[in-house]
Amino acid sequence: MTTGGWINLILSVGFVTVLFVWCIWRVLRGPKDPAKLAHIEPLDEDEAERR
Amino acid sequence: MAKIQEAWSSRLGVILAVAGSAVGLGNFLRFPGQAAQYGGGAFMIAYFVSLLIVGIPICWTECTLGRYGGRFGFHSTSGIFHALLRKPWGKYLGVIGFIVPVMIYMYYVYIEAWCLGYAVNAFSGRLSEPGVNYGEFFGRFTGASGDGVALHFGLGDVGIFLVIVYLLNFFFIYRGITKGIETVCKYAMPALIAIAVVILVRVLTLGTPDAAKPDQNVMAGLGFMWNPGDIATGLKNPQLWLAAAGQIFFSLSVGFGVIITYASYLRKKDDVVLSGLTASATNEFCEVGLGGLITVPAAFMFLGAAGIVGQGTFGLGFNVLPEVFARMPAGQMFASIFFLLLFLAAITSSLSMLQPGIAFLEEGLGIERKASVALLGLVTAIGTMFVWYFSADLKALDTIDFWVGTVMLFVQATILIIIFGWVVGIEKGWKIAHEGAEMRIPDIFKIIIKYITPAFLVAIFVMFTLKNVFGWNFSFSAAEFNPTGYVQDLVGDQPNHVARLSVGLIVIMTIFSLLLVNIAGKVWAKRDIIEKENH
Repeated sequence: MTTGGWINLILSVGFVTVLFVWCIWRVLRGPKDPAKLAHIEPLDEDEAERR
Repeated sequence: MAKIQEAWSSRLGVILAVAGSAVGLGNFLRFPGQAAQYGGGAFMIAYFVSLLIVGIPICWTECTLGRYGGRFGFHSTSGIFHALLRKPWGKYLGVIGFIVPVMIYMYYVYIEAWCLGYAVNAFSGRLSEPGVNYGEFFGRFTGASGDGVALHFGLGDVGIFLVIVYLLNFFFIYRGITKGIETVCKYAMPALIAIAVVILVRVLTLGTPDAAKPDQNVMAGLGFMWNPGDIATGLKNPQLWLAAAGQIFFSLSVGFGVIITYASYLRKKDDVVLSGLTASATNEFCEVGLGGLITVPAAFMFLGAAGIVGQGTFGLGFNVLPEVFARMPAGQMFASIFFLLLFLAAITSSLSMLQPGIAFLEEGLGIERKASVALLGLVTAIGTMFVWYFSADLKALDTIDFWVGTVMLFVQATILIIIFGWVVGIEKGWKIAHEGAEMRIPDIFKIIIKYITPAFLVAIFVMFTLKNVFGWNFSFSAAEFNPTGYVQDLVGDQPNHVARLSVGLIVIMTIFSLLLVNIAGKVWAKRDIIEKENH
């Protein structure tokens, strides 16, 4: 493994790992769902018709 | 009266589902092989450039268009384009969003059955018995050695595993978005990452497995994968750019019609920007951070460069790696969990391929879940039986993968990005994308999405077609064209009847899909009239 190989590995793996961890952190600390949905979202008939 | 509309139950659930759709065999088998083949340095530069100008922008685009279409009650690409474009031809533009996932599923589920079969055979010890010829095992198990040879149902045959994965897929898809897809991905994705980390630790602590071959050690294995080579020369090689862009493109599942369908189950104020980026980042972490450190370095340590060079995705995964595991301490266990990992990666992807079809049949034909599952099950079973029987040299699988899983995918992704940037308009699209967003997309991406991504996609597609269809030698000064096997198989001096039948199947499926879109268009037109009268 050359020095260039190490640089390549650290930059590539480091970039995707930092991006992944940052994104997950942002998602987990973000606002929770305003209303915890069940597995279905009931819609009023009026709203369903508009759709 | 309330009408029941499906939706995701949690934000993490939809992220894991989109990531699960993207993470597949390519992350652990295709990417490392490509990076090693083209030299780590130049390939990774082209790879990350492609990620920034193709992968992530199209993911945001699909998420945005999907969520927007979902507001009008549409979940299929055809329906979403109908709602978005409001033109009679709009729905036909989305037909590829039905054909691609359904036809890819036909052969992908077959590969998924290999993964499960290899996991079970590894666990039972059959793969680590002395004197196993892995090439022969692969040929018999997958049917690559001859048409019809895989039509058996023993433990060492693919048949029983194909039945199991088919039932599993349709069981979960029948349960719906949350109870089916979301539940599977919530467990499968963390399990997949945990298994990959365990295998990674095993590979990185192997040292020098064979004292008689001191050159084949962990550092040399990593070097084979990551040493940069001649970066300047590499970046001038159009094939390298084609390979890197293709890898990003296929790895992230953009253009499949899956992300747009998944996003359509989001609510108006659900974030798509951070969620789309997180799903892409998860895929990249699995691909570069885990896949890039496992397969090729491990194979190099036991078999050397000669054992890896020239191996395709299937060769690396199903011929080389079983042999590597057989020579590794505790290899039987690691082989079992590695193929289990591939199976988990595959099932989260195959489930995602069914949902666009289910959504289209339900909203286009107005049928219930049971009927849509039965109809899609019948259509995909016909295709899978075809691939299963015509298995010699995996010709049917390869032909459908090329024309549908590659060519049509490029076309669909280009349509998506042009609709977002030019038909909807970049400013309106930007506004829709940022509704409920938890982070802003940097404004530079307006220029990228409007100009650079479509231009890059078209350039890559033209290059791809010139190389893989017309057999261009990549020379401008002394250009030569020798049509490739994909063309020769169809119209060459010695055509291949399986390739012709495979293209025939694609044509029939396309006509069938266009007819369904036509019927769906009439249903939607009636609905539009009722809506207008009510307003």
